[in-house]
Amino acid sequence: MTIRIEKVDLPGIGVRHDLVTENGRRLGVVSYRDGDRELTISDADDPDACAYALPINEDEAEALADLFGASVAISRLTKLTDETDGLYTEKIELPADSPFVGRTLGDTKTRTRTHVSVVAIIRDRKVIPSPTPSQTLREGDVIVTVGTREGLDAAARLIADGPD
Amino acid sequence: MHDTTVILIEVGALLLGMSLLGRLAARIGLSPIPLYLIAGLAFGTGGVIPLDASASFFEIGSQIGVILLLALLGLEYSADQLLSGLRRSRIAGLLDGLLNALPGAAFGLILGWGPVAAVAVAGICWVTSSGVAAKLLRDLGRIGNRETPVILSILVIEDLAMAFYLPTLSALVIGVSIAQGAIRVAIAVGVVVLILFVALRFGHIVSRLFTPDHAEPLLLGVLGLTMLVAGLAEEVSVSSAVGAFLVGIALSGRVAHTAQEVLTPLRDLFAAFFFVFFGLATDASKLPSVLLPGAILAVVTMATKILTGYLAAKRAGIGIPGRWRAGIALTPRGEFSIVIAGLAAGTAPALAPLAAVYVFLTIIGGTVLARVPDAGWFKRLTKPKPRRASVATG
Repeated sequence: MTIRIEKVDLPGIGVRHDLVTENGRRLGVVSYRDGDRELTISDADDPDACAYALPINEDEAEALADLFGASVAISRLTKLTDETDGLYTEKIELPADSPFVGRTLGDTKTRTRTHVSVVAIIRDRKVIPSPTPSQTLREGDVIVTVGTREGLDAAARLIADGPD
Repeated sequence: MHDTTVILIEVGALLLGMSLLGRLAARIGLSPIPLYLIAGLAFGTGGVIPLDASASFFEIGSQIGVILLLALLGLEYSADQLLSGLRRSRIAGLLDGLLNALPGAAFGLILGWGPVAAVAVAGICWVTSSGVAAKLLRDLGRIGNRETPVILSILVIEDLAMAFYLPTLSALVIGVSIAQGAIRVAIAVGVVVLILFVALRFGHIVSRLFTPDHAEPLLLGVLGLTMLVAGLAEEVSVSSAVGAFLVGIALSGRVAHTAQEVLTPLRDLFAAFFFVFFGLATDASKLPSVLLPGAILAVVTMATKILTGYLAAKRAGIGIPGRWRAGIALTPRGEFSIVIAGLAAGTAPALAPLAAVYVFLTIIGGTVLARVPDAGWFKRLTKPKPRRASVATG
């Protein structure tokens, strides 16, 4: 399960976070400078356009995030992606057959090998922020990483298959 | 009646009328700018009911209006956004300049208005109204579209280009000989580069002059600094508008955000003054003679804008319908074209009326056209062809 959230800068308007779902539709969250929010869903016929642009107020946004059960993780993600262009966050799930199950985060040497930072681990819907190298990894852990596109691809391979 | 009493009555009545026009514009989904221009034309020189007493009041108001328009535009962008926009879309920006400014310049020369007026017409045709375009995108629910960042980055580049174009134009307007003009242009561009450098490098220090926690001192402080820099810029013949734009860029972070909040209502008021005053100062009796040239110019440069957007979106990997949407969204010209026309009004007597007609037509035309890509017939026309060949052979 790899989710890639892309931050799109909209000068003079605000920021948009795009997420491409498994079936190829683009889901966007627009945060306007004036605080308004909008949920957009891409058009099936024309993937560049959006079929729906739905204004969402703050309470609704919060309720929606709760419904999806990951409000904390998401607010952490958007905060991270706000900072810089060209950096992406990705949630990498630790597969059962990964060589790192039961070993520590430090053993993966993710930062040295792929220049990708691990900012949090999501385990049983709880967030472990800024995990230390001695943090033991378990099957099903979702590792929240920040890095370049190439780096994230390498990190996902590393975490799934171990170093080459 | 006392003079100030007349001013109160005239200004009050005009504002009230403009409020009604604004509501009408909002009702039909149009920018109020064309209606404000008409209001100004109707009451100005050669218009239906000339307003005399309040003309000087509107003149000062319109000066502040330009300054605030540009300062708020600068506040919307951070220095980083400008630089990254420049890095990513400079080809699109260059294309935009060539495709739109050159037809404008050619048009000015064909009309026999001389080189300086031709440079002014080039600018009038070059710049899309970022206000009108951004509002259209939002109203039509297109912020989530993939071509939207392409459109916005062109707007950013145009605004940055204006920081160099406006002082160049004002230097040309004053300049007597070519040598003198060249020196003035060089000084103006040098000053802009200097201020831009200070804004980029020491923007955080400038921001520290103000506190975002108290609205009133912030309002006075930012307004004061903006007018001060604008005045100083005008003094060294860099246009005051550019000075204000650069102040806006220099401010960043929470200060910029709060300043934007407190200054927006002021901007709306004085920008309305600006559009009305432009109408007031424009000789309405000249309008019929520029109607046809204005319409031709509007059609030609709306087509070139559509081409600009189409090509820029194509470069960004957007599909065919999205390219059309990007092109059409760029067609409305607005506040900058009027600022340019106001600056260079003296170079050709018909320049200001032409700009008024031109802005009027492109805003209305652009607003109507912008809805076309959503129509069913347009979608069918631009839909990628089904792969019949593979069916036939397979």
